[in-house]
Amino acid sequence: MAKFNKKKNDMPAVNTASLPDIVFMLLFFFMVTTTMKDSDLKVVQTLPKATETKKLEQKKLVSYIYVGKLKGKKGDFIQLNDKLASIKDIQNFILDKRTKVTESELPRLTTSIKADINNEVGTIFDIKTELREVDALKINYSATTMQRKE
Amino acid sequence: MAKRDIPEINAGSMADIAFLLLIFFLVTTTMDIDAGIPRKLPPKVKKDQPKPIIKERNVLVVNINQNGEILVNNEYKTVDQIKDVAKDFLDNGAGKGKDGNTCDYCEGKKLETSSVHPNKAIISIQSSRKTKHGIFVQVTNELVRAYNELRDRETQKLYHESYENLLERAKKNPKNETLKNKVKTVKERFPMILSEAEPIKVE
Repeated sequence: MAKFNKKKNDMPAVNTASLPDIVFMLLFFFMVTTTMKDSDLKVVQTLPKATETKKLEQKKLVSYIYVGKLKGKKGDFIQLNDKLASIKDIQNFILDKRTKVTESELPRLTTSIKADINNEVGTIFDIKTELREVDALKINYSATTMQRKE
Repeated sequence: MAKRDIPEINAGSMADIAFLLLIFFLVTTTMDIDAGIPRKLPPKVKKDQPKPIIKERNVLVVNINQNGEILVNNEYKTVDQIKDVAKDFLDNGAGKGKDGNTCDYCEGKKLETSSVHPNKAIISIQSSRKTKHGIFVQVTNELVRAYNELRDRETQKLYHESYENLLERAKKNPKNETLKNKVKTVKERFPMILSEAEPIKVE
């Protein structure tokens, strides 16, 4: 009988030698797919939903203008990069972006307007007027993609 | 000489280190893909630029007021109705276009009160300064969709594929001239003339 008992108690340990490999695989997946948020959102936003959206490719060529509300404050606020900004800063922001790309990329520069659904059209129009002043005519109304329904 | 035993490095903690890194990337990762409705702004207006003469029948005025109510050519419409109204308007094709040709691909009703040719038909979005951005984007989306669906119809007719498919293929082969010309032909049939008027101030 003793023989049988011995056999039962001898559970082989699970070999964990390949565990690091598995974890590393996951790690590399996340490292590759990750995109670090380059700016912290100060304004609060809910993006509108739309069906006719196009993906923004080449993030390098996109300048983001965030528009949204601040908690406990009235009115619309504009955020460029990491800071809250006023409408007058937009022209410089665009000109600054232009110095960072090569000449051949200039015509492909896009401005993405990320605005909250409760923002006023007036604010957005003021932004567009500023963009027209510096000839940044390619814009993009940021929206979350939604499937078409018939 | 004594045989030196190189001690094996204990790899037991490797998993822990990898886990730590993994958790860091899991937390910081944001998988959002940025998407949006691409639009083109009109260039700056020069002071001495003459105002173009546009017939009233060639303009579809979409007016959104500050409560989010929509008037299309002075008729109350819901968001879901806009697309079809816009399509009927663009596809009307009752007369001659810019180059003097009639619209032989239009399938509209050829009404006397609606647009003469897709390349003369203008859709104008008007709003008040207090209109919400959300509804504005929704309306823009519906209008862009009207154009896209008409373009899709033409692509099906001419090249027997979907417009989306054609655009995708043209993007993948940027040097392919025939694809480029196909896209151009379809776009020229229904050029997107979508104007955003300056919002009206309401106190």
